[in-house]
Amino acid sequence: MTAAIDRAELRRLTASEDAQIVDVLPEREYAESHIPGAINIPLGSLDASSVSVLRRDKPVVVY
Amino acid sequence: MSPRAACRLERLGFDRVYDYTAGIADWKAAGLPVEGDAAPAQRVGDATRPDVPTCEPHEPIADVQERTARAGWDECIVVDCERVVVGRLRGRAWQTEPGTTAGDVMEAGPTTVRADGLLAPLVERMSRRGTSLVVVSTPQGELLGVVLRAEAERVLTGEPAARIWRDCEGCPGVWAAPPSPSA
Repeated sequence: MTAAIDRAELRRLTASEDAQIVDVLPEREYAESHIPGAINIPLGSLDASSVSVLRRDKPVVVY
Repeated sequence: MSPRAACRLERLGFDRVYDYTAGIADWKAAGLPVEGDAAPAQRVGDATRPDVPTCEPHEPIADVQERTARAGWDECIVVDCERVVVGRLRGRAWQTEPGTTAGDVMEAGPTTVRADGLLAPLVERMSRRGTSLVVVSTPQGELLGVVLRAEAERVLTGEPAARIWRDCEGCPGVWAAPPSPSA
Protein backbone atom coordinates (compact mmCIF):
# COMPACT_ATOMS: atom_id res chain seq x y z
CA MET A 1 0.00 0.00 0.00
CA THR A 2 1.55 3.30 -1.08
CA ALA A 3 1.80 6.03 1.54
CA ALA A 4 0.87 9.55 0.51
CA ILE A 5 3.45 11.95 1.90
CA ASP A 6 3.85 15.69 2.20
CA ARG A 7 6.78 17.96 1.46
CA ALA A 8 8.32 17.62 4.91
CA GLU A 9 8.30 13.84 4.72
CA LEU A 10 9.80 13.94 1.23
CA ARG A 11 12.66 16.06 2.51
CA ARG A 12 13.16 13.77 5.47
CA LEU A 13 13.24 10.68 3.25
CA THR A 14 15.78 12.18 0.88
CA ALA A 15 17.98 13.51 3.68
CA SER A 16 17.99 10.55 6.01
CA GLU A 17 17.15 7.54 3.84
CA ASP A 18 18.61 8.56 0.51
CA ALA A 19 15.21 8.22 -1.15
CA GLN A 20 15.05 8.25 -4.93
CA ILE A 21 12.69 10.83 -6.41
CA VAL A 22 10.92 9.89 -9.63
CA ASP A 23 9.12 12.51 -11.70
CA VAL A 24 6.50 10.63 -13.74
CA LEU A 25 5.40 13.63 -15.77
CA PRO A 26 6.05 13.79 -19.52
CA GLU A 27 9.62 14.48 -20.59
CA ARG A 28 8.87 18.04 -21.72
CA GLU A 29 7.45 19.03 -18.34
CA TYR A 30 10.36 17.40 -16.56
CA ALA A 31 12.79 19.33 -18.76
CA GLU A 32 11.14 22.61 -17.84
CA SER A 33 11.39 22.11 -14.10
CA HIS A 34 11.72 19.30 -11.61
CA ILE A 35 12.71 18.72 -8.02
CA PRO A 36 16.52 18.68 -7.77
CA GLY A 37 17.85 15.17 -8.05
CA ALA A 38 14.64 13.71 -9.48
CA ILE A 39 14.92 11.33 -12.38
CA ASN A 40 12.33 11.21 -15.12
CA ILE A 41 10.40 8.05 -15.89
CA PRO A 42 7.20 9.18 -17.61
CA LEU A 43 4.20 7.14 -16.56
CA GLY A 44 3.74 5.80 -20.06
CA SER A 45 7.18 4.25 -20.08
CA LEU A 46 7.28 3.02 -16.51
CA ASP A 47 7.99 -0.69 -16.86
CA ALA A 48 10.43 -3.36 -15.72
CA SER A 49 13.07 -2.08 -18.09
CA SER A 50 12.88 1.64 -17.23
CA VAL A 51 12.86 1.05 -13.48
CA SER A 52 16.10 -0.88 -13.66
CA VAL A 53 17.88 2.42 -12.90
CA LEU A 54 16.27 2.46 -9.45
CA ARG A 55 17.68 0.78 -6.39
CA ARG A 56 15.32 -1.60 -4.69
CA ASP A 57 16.89 -1.20 -1.27
CA LYS A 58 16.06 2.52 -1.07
CA PRO A 59 12.68 4.25 -0.81
CA VAL A 60 11.14 5.58 -4.00
CA VAL A 61 9.05 8.75 -4.02
CA VAL A 62 6.94 9.49 -7.07
CA TYR A 63 5.23 12.72 -8.06
CA MET B 1 -0.91 10.29 -12.42
CA SER B 2 1.43 9.59 -9.50
CA PRO B 3 -0.90 7.11 -7.71
CA ARG B 4 -0.86 4.96 -10.85
CA ALA B 5 2.91 5.19 -11.03
CA ALA B 6 3.20 4.18 -7.38
CA CYS B 7 0.89 1.23 -7.92
CA ARG B 8 2.90 0.10 -10.93
CA LEU B 9 6.18 0.34 -9.02
CA GLU B 10 4.72 -1.85 -6.29
CA ARG B 11 3.66 -4.41 -8.86
CA LEU B 12 7.21 -4.35 -10.18
CA GLY B 13 8.48 -5.39 -6.78
CA PHE B 14 9.39 -2.14 -5.01
CA ASP B 15 8.22 -2.38 -1.43
CA ARG B 16 8.87 1.16 -0.18
CA VAL B 17 6.99 3.46 -2.51
CA TYR B 18 5.71 6.89 -1.50
CA ASP B 19 3.51 9.31 -3.37
CA TYR B 20 4.21 13.03 -3.01
CA THR B 21 0.67 13.84 -4.04
CA ALA B 22 0.99 17.62 -3.91
CA GLY B 23 3.81 17.40 -6.47
CA ILE B 24 6.03 20.06 -7.90
CA ALA B 25 3.42 22.83 -7.61
CA ASP B 26 3.56 22.47 -3.83
CA TRP B 27 7.36 22.31 -3.93
CA LYS B 28 7.62 25.54 -5.88
CA ALA B 29 5.02 27.29 -3.74
CA ALA B 30 7.21 26.63 -0.70
CA GLY B 31 10.00 28.57 -2.38
CA LEU B 32 12.21 25.54 -2.82
CA PRO B 33 14.67 25.38 -5.70
CA VAL B 34 14.00 23.46 -8.89
CA GLU B 35 16.17 22.28 -11.75
CA GLY B 36 15.32 22.54 -15.41
CA ASP B 37 15.57 24.75 -18.45
CA ALA B 38 12.47 26.89 -17.96
CA ALA B 39 13.11 30.57 -18.49
CA PRO B 40 14.51 31.86 -15.23
CA ALA B 41 11.87 34.53 -14.56
CA GLN B 42 12.35 36.14 -11.19
CA ARG B 43 10.00 34.78 -8.59
CA VAL B 44 8.75 36.22 -5.32
CA GLY B 45 11.00 33.73 -3.52
CA ASP B 46 14.06 35.34 -5.13
CA ALA B 47 13.40 38.54 -3.17
CA THR B 48 12.03 37.05 0.03
CA ARG B 49 13.74 38.08 3.26
CA PRO B 50 13.49 35.19 5.72
CA ASP B 51 14.98 37.22 8.56
CA VAL B 52 11.93 39.35 9.36
CA PRO B 53 11.29 39.41 13.13
CA THR B 54 8.47 37.22 14.39
CA CYS B 55 6.57 36.82 17.61
CA GLU B 56 3.66 34.85 18.99
CA PRO B 57 0.32 36.45 19.95
CA HIS B 58 0.79 35.99 23.71
CA GLU B 59 4.06 37.97 23.87
CA PRO B 60 4.06 41.39 25.57
CA ILE B 61 4.21 44.14 22.97
CA ALA B 62 7.04 45.92 24.78
CA ASP B 63 9.31 42.88 24.50
CA VAL B 64 8.42 42.39 20.86
CA GLN B 65 9.03 46.04 20.06
CA GLU B 66 12.44 46.00 21.67
CA ARG B 67 13.44 42.84 19.81
CA THR B 68 12.12 44.19 16.51
CA ALA B 69 13.94 47.51 16.85
CA ARG B 70 17.16 45.79 17.88
CA ALA B 71 17.02 43.75 14.67
CA GLY B 72 16.65 46.97 12.67
CA TRP B 73 13.04 46.47 11.61
CA ASP B 74 9.87 48.43 12.26
CA GLU B 75 7.52 45.55 11.54
CA CYS B 76 7.03 42.16 13.08
CA ILE B 77 5.05 39.19 11.78
CA VAL B 78 2.86 37.37 14.29
CA VAL B 79 2.87 33.60 13.91
CA ASP B 80 1.37 30.73 15.85
CA CYS B 81 3.36 27.86 17.33
CA GLU B 82 3.53 26.20 13.89
CA ARG B 83 4.76 29.37 12.22
CA VAL B 84 1.46 29.98 10.50
CA VAL B 85 0.97 33.71 9.86
CA VAL B 86 -1.78 35.15 12.04
CA GLY B 87 -1.05 38.86 12.07
CA ARG B 88 1.21 41.81 11.55
CA LEU B 89 2.53 44.49 13.90
CA ARG B 90 3.43 47.94 12.62
CA GLY B 91 2.80 51.65 13.04
CA ARG B 92 0.27 52.41 15.75
CA ALA B 93 0.43 48.91 17.14
CA TRP B 94 3.66 49.93 18.85
CA GLN B 95 2.03 52.85 20.69
CA THR B 96 0.07 50.80 23.18
CA GLU B 97 -0.09 50.38 26.93
CA PRO B 98 2.47 48.21 28.68
CA GLY B 99 1.03 44.80 29.32
CA THR B 100 -0.69 44.67 25.94
CA THR B 101 0.10 41.52 23.99
CA ALA B 102 0.94 41.20 20.33
CA GLY B 103 -2.34 39.40 19.75
CA ASP B 104 -4.30 42.36 21.21
CA VAL B 105 -3.04 44.89 18.71
CA MET B 106 -1.97 42.95 15.63
CA GLU B 107 -3.63 43.38 12.26
CA ALA B 108 -5.18 39.94 11.98
CA GLY B 109 -5.09 37.84 8.83
CA PRO B 110 -2.72 39.84 6.66
CA THR B 111 -2.62 39.29 2.93
CA THR B 112 0.08 36.84 1.93
CA VAL B 113 1.61 35.91 -1.41
CA ARG B 114 3.25 32.71 -2.68
CA ALA B 115 6.95 32.30 -3.26
CA ASP B 116 6.48 30.87 -6.77
CA GLY B 117 4.54 33.89 -8.05
CA LEU B 118 6.21 36.21 -10.54
CA LEU B 119 8.11 39.03 -8.84
CA ALA B 120 7.65 41.82 -11.39
CA PRO B 121 3.82 41.98 -11.24
CA LEU B 122 3.93 41.86 -7.44
CA VAL B 123 6.33 44.80 -7.26
CA GLU B 124 4.19 46.66 -9.75
CA ARG B 125 1.09 46.10 -7.56
CA MET B 126 3.00 47.12 -4.44
CA SER B 127 4.16 50.28 -6.14
CA ARG B 128 0.65 51.16 -7.34
CA ARG B 129 -0.81 50.69 -3.86
CA GLY B 130 2.08 52.27 -1.98
CA THR B 131 2.83 49.01 -0.14
CA SER B 132 6.35 48.64 1.17
CA LEU B 133 6.14 45.10 2.55
CA VAL B 134 4.19 41.93 1.80
CA VAL B 135 4.22 38.65 3.66
CA VAL B 136 5.24 35.46 1.83
CA SER B 137 3.85 32.14 3.01
CA THR B 138 3.39 28.56 1.89
CA PRO B 139 -0.06 27.45 0.68
CA GLN B 140 -0.55 26.11 4.20
CA GLY B 141 0.09 29.57 5.64
CA GLU B 142 3.55 29.00 7.13
CA LEU B 143 5.73 32.10 7.07
CA LEU B 144 8.58 32.08 4.55
CA GLY B 145 9.54 35.74 4.92
CA VAL B 146 8.65 39.12 3.50
CA VAL B 147 9.27 41.07 0.33
CA LEU B 148 10.40 44.67 0.81
CA ARG B 149 9.52 46.68 -2.25
CA ALA B 150 12.70 48.76 -2.30
CA GLU B 151 14.86 45.67 -2.21
CA ALA B 152 12.68 43.73 -4.65
CA GLU B 153 13.07 46.56 -7.16
CA ARG B 154 16.83 46.10 -6.92
CA VAL B 155 16.45 42.35 -7.44
CA LEU B 156 14.47 43.09 -10.59
CA THR B 157 17.31 45.19 -11.94
CA GLY B 158 19.56 42.16 -11.70
CA GLU B 159 21.37 42.77 -8.44
CA PRO B 160 22.01 39.53 -6.59
CA ALA B 161 19.74 39.28 -3.56
CA ALA B 162 22.55 38.12 -1.32
CA ARG B 163 24.44 41.36 -1.91
CA ILE B 164 21.39 43.53 -1.31
CA TRP B 165 20.66 41.89 2.02
CA ARG B 166 24.29 42.11 3.09
CA ASP B 167 24.46 45.81 2.31
CA CYS B 168 21.20 46.91 3.88
CA GLU B 169 21.41 48.79 7.11
CA GLY B 170 20.23 46.91 10.14
CA CYS B 171 20.23 43.52 8.45
CA PRO B 172 21.32 40.77 10.77
CA GLY B 173 24.04 40.01 8.29
CA VAL B 174 23.66 36.97 6.18
CA TRP B 175 20.70 36.30 4.00
CA ALA B 176 19.82 32.62 4.18
CA ALA B 177 20.23 30.93 0.82
CA PRO B 178 17.23 28.94 -0.42
CA PRO B 179 17.10 25.62 1.41
CA SER B 180 18.44 22.61 -0.42
CA PRO B 181 16.07 19.71 -0.99
CA SER B 182 17.86 17.63 1.60
CA ALA B 183 18.24 20.34 4.23
